[in-house]
Parts: sequence; C-alpha cells; structure tokens
Amino acid sequence: MNRFIAFVRKEFKHLLRDYRTVLIIFGIPIAQLLLFGHVITTEIKDAEVGILDLSRDEVSTKLTQKLLGSGYFKVSEDIHNVNQIENLFRKGKIRELIVLEENFGNKLRREGKAQIQIITDASDPNTAGILSNYTQSIVARFFSEEMAPGLKPLIQVDQRMFYNEELRSANMFVPGTIALILMLISALMTSISIAREKELGTMEILLVSPLRPLQIIMGKVVPYLVLSVIMAVVIIGVGFFIFHVPIRGSLILLFGLLTLFILLALALGILISTVAKTQQVAMLISLVGLMLPTMLLSGFIFPIENMPKALQYLSIAMPPRWFLAALKDIMLKGVGLAYVWDEILILTGMLIGFTLISVRKFQIRLES
Amino acid sequence: MKYTQRSTRHHDVVIDVQHMYKRFGSFVANDDLSFTVRKGEIFGFLGANGAGKTTAIKILSGLSKPTSGEISVAGYNVYNQTEAIKRNIGYMSQKFSLYDDLTLAENIRFYGGVYGLSRKVTRERMDELLEQFGLMDFKKSLITSLPLGWLQKLAFSVALLHKPSIVFLDEPTSGVDPITRRQFWELIYQAAEGGTTIFITTHYMDEAEYCDRVSIMDQGKIVALDKPQKLKQEYQAGTIYDVFLKIAR
Repeated sequence: MNRFIAFVRKEFKHLLRDYRTVLIIFGIPIAQLLLFGHVITTEIKDAEVGILDLSRDEVSTKLTQKLLGSGYFKVSEDIHNVNQIENLFRKGKIRELIVLEENFGNKLRREGKAQIQIITDASDPNTAGILSNYTQSIVARFFSEEMAPGLKPLIQVDQRMFYNEELRSANMFVPGTIALILMLISALMTSISIAREKELGTMEILLVSPLRPLQIIMGKVVPYLVLSVIMAVVIIGVGFFIFHVPIRGSLILLFGLLTLFILLALALGILISTVAKTQQVAMLISLVGLMLPTMLLSGFIFPIENMPKALQYLSIAMPPRWFLAALKDIMLKGVGLAYVWDEILILTGMLIGFTLISVRKFQIRLES
Repeated sequence: MKYTQRSTRHHDVVIDVQHMYKRFGSFVANDDLSFTVRKGEIFGFLGANGAGKTTAIKILSGLSKPTSGEISVAGYNVYNQTEAIKRNIGYMSQKFSLYDDLTLAENIRFYGGVYGLSRKVTRERMDELLEQFGLMDFKKSLITSLPLGWLQKLAFSVALLHKPSIVFLDEPTSGVDPITRRQFWELIYQAAEGGTTIFITTHYMDEAEYCDRVSIMDQGKIVALDKPQKLKQEYQAGTIYDVFLKIAR
C-alpha cells in the first residue's frame, strides 16, 4: 500500500508541476462555457428588423409597438420606401422586414382579415426561422388579445417548452461541456501520461519494480479521477450560478452518474495508452477518437434524430451519448433512477467491457 | 584498468538457469539456455540485436514467463515468485530512467517508496548518495538542470538504492561519452565489490573485456561462455570484438 501511495504522490507532482497544463485544464471549460453561453447562442435578442407600415393607422401602430415591446426586435432604420428594402438586406442592416399592408386596421375590422408580410434574410437560415416564428407568435397573440377578445378561434395552439421554458441554450451547453471536459481530462490526460512513461523509458522501471500492473494503472487513474470530479463540480457550479442551469434531480444520482462516466473515460484513456507508443499518437487518437464523437455524435450539438441512419447506429456505441441523455434528464427534468436506469446500465456495461479489455491488453504488452 | 585480473571470490549462485526455453508461436527466442551467475560477479550478456537477450532479461527480471526450464533468481523461481524477485533486483536501461519534471530528491524518494523503504532509510541513503557524487546542492533542482553525464551514473545509483542482490543493466552506456563510461564502470566495480551481482548487456566490445565472464548469444542459443581471457585464447583472437565477429559472423 505504501508503494502505491508513493506512486500516486509522484503522479500528483507531475500534474501540479506542469502548471500550464493545469491552467489549460481549468481554463478551457470555463472559456468554453462563457463562449457557448454568451456568444454562440441560438436565442435572439434585439434583432435588427425593419417595419414597413403602409397603413399607419391606430391598429398597425399598436401592433408595431407590440412587436418592439417584445424585446426580440429593434428598429434600426426607418423605412419609407419599398426601394430601400433590398439595399438594407444587402448591407446587412436588417435581418427581417415586416410589412403591414395598406388599410390594415380597416380591413381587419371590416373583413376580419389583413395581410402581414414577413421577409427574412435566410443567408443565416436558423436565425431567419427563429425570427419568423417569434414574429408570427407575437402577431397571433396580438390578434387574439386585442382584436377579437370574445371570438374563439377554431384551433388554438398553446405552446409550452417543458423543462426549458425560455429555450435557454445554456441548458444544453452545460451538460455537453461537462461530457467534453470529462473526456478531455480523463481519457486524453491519462493516455498521454501513460504514453509519456513509455516514451521516456520509465515504464520499464515501473514494470520491473515491485509495483503490480494494477497498482500502476490505478496510480495513473487516481489523480485524474480527483481532477475530473473537481472539474465537474466547477462546471456545474458555473452553469448553476452564472447561467442558472437548474439541477432538479438528486445530487447523489448526479454525482453517481458523473463518477461512472469519469471511470469510463479513464478506462478509455488506458485502452488508448496500451495502443499508443508516444504522447503524440495518444493525443491524436484521443482527439479524433473521443473528442470529435463527443462533440458531433453524442447529441451535444447535432440532434441524433436528424443524423443519417448509419451515424445514428454509430452513435449507439458512443458513451457520451448515453451520459448526456441521462445527465440532461437528471439535471433538467429532475427524474430519478427509475427513468435513467437504462442509460446507466449501458454505461456500466461499457465500463466493465473497456476495463477488461485494457487490463488484458496491459498484461499482453507485459508478456511480449 | 586491471580489473580483468579480479577473480570471482564469491561462490554462491544467485542466478541459476537450466534449460530455459521461450517460444513465441513457432519462433524460439531462447533455445535451451543454461548458465549460472555467482554473487558479486559481473556477467556480460552479449549478442547481436534479435539474438534473444531482451527476452532472457525479461524472464530473469520477472516480467515474462519462460515456456519451460528451471530458473531461479536470487533464490526465487521465475514462475510464481516474481514479486519476491522484483523486490530483490535493480534494473536500469539505456533509456532515461529518472523523471525530468521531478527534483533529484523527489526522484529518489519515489524510488525509495516504490521499493518499500522507510522514509528514514530513504533519507539516509539519499544523503549518502548525494554526498558521494557531490550533488548535495542539486537536491532540490530538477533533474534536467544536471549535466547529462551525471544522469546515467545517478540512475545507476538510484537503481541500487534498495540494495538489490542483482542489478540488470540493459545497454546502460549507450550514447555516453568515453570518460563518463569509464566512471560508470568504476561504479559498477564498486557495486560488485560490495557483493552486488551485475548482469549487463552491451554493444561495446571493449566493455565486455571488463566483465568477469561473458556469454555470447546467437539465434536464441548461448554459443560461448567463459572468462574474456579464455574466450580469446579459445578463438585465437586478440579482443572480444574479434571473438564476437568469429562467432556471429
């Protein structure tokens, strides 16, 4: 046991001595969270739009105010002439144009219908779609509240976004970032640190020493396990206090899940290190084999349902996919074990599988 | 150097290998090796690359199991007492065996810890060692701040920290300048005088002359084993290098 402690102490020294790496480890997730949370956001606030009110009556003015009062839009240019429009779009001064037809109020009153045209700049299709949706829903609400309070529409669509009423993107990015960072620290760092011993030649020394192979593996794992747990707490903390990402589920379940995923990532890191002879190779395999799938195939950025069938099947084999699903369920929906047991079962299975393979490979490498 | 005259005074056998075979599929890496090494002996283990030296060293140091044969190292058999073997041997290779991001003291403390030495014993031996090399001032410096020539000598001394009965040296002087190599051999003799058995592989044939006995391997077999002097007589060669060429061709 004392041998093992001596080994773990050495590992912590490696880790802490390399303060640049530690700085990067702690810096990346925080920078990433702030970027994802503030810059790369799919919510729209104060989008620059133009409103061409050809009617300028009481009703159209009220609607215009309603639109501007929503907080989603702001008018940057006054538009008086249809000819201006094309130019404004080209220059990028406005992202959407709302045209209210002539005699808007009168038509609405007499015929019960009036026309509104929405023109969007679809060179950025996502934003265009969102702006158009916002506009339509505001107009619809305006119509039902202001114009026909007594009138019952035939079909009324009442939207509610469960678990994330305001569609805040932080709720999506925080769990995704946790998955990414835990992969980064656990798998990447562990594989590099083992590959480093091989490259340096110190691995031979460790192998001929009285340390058992399992002690060597565990000694490599412990520091990164500690670091990963700290990191997970930091990210969840930043998410909770700065971005108000809720933690609705049980904390015990949450940390159980985190630990499970960290162990899984560590096992993957060891597996990689049994294949990679140098630090570079270990880094490359980790980045391409683990980081990219975590970003692209886990449902973090792209919804799995929208992927081609082949990629959907591929994503089944990706641990972060199951981790993310369970993590979101626990944090955002506040469900208990009864609802995430299948994901946890899959992750546990993967953990056992990868551990067995990597311990085996480690032994084989010793033999030959 | 007059070391070649040194006789082997000790007669206790510390490495006893009888009919050792190691097969990888149809490939025979070690083909019926038999030899003994006595306490305090400097045993040279020569052979071209791929002759099977590394395989044999791995078996003797408990990293790998032989296919068959009776082998004991430091009194323990290599089949099921590898833990005891590992505690009683030291090991050093041509590769760098110290951590370049740790200080001298931290490196030594780590080795002491891994070999189960108490803090007190580790501290005593560390001071002894640093005193001997005149490196006390570097105790808290990173390994990288030391001159390169020092590192191999230091690595050797660290490999002896737990006072093993046998130390395996796998091409310890590769890429080291002649002066350092000479100093390195002085350390080896010192250790051997103290009763530590030295099991060394090398590509430098002049170093082979310094060994008490030399074995030469070729294609998995030991083809010659004797004192350097005797080998030279037997093969009518002026140097071990010539002997090696005559055998390995």
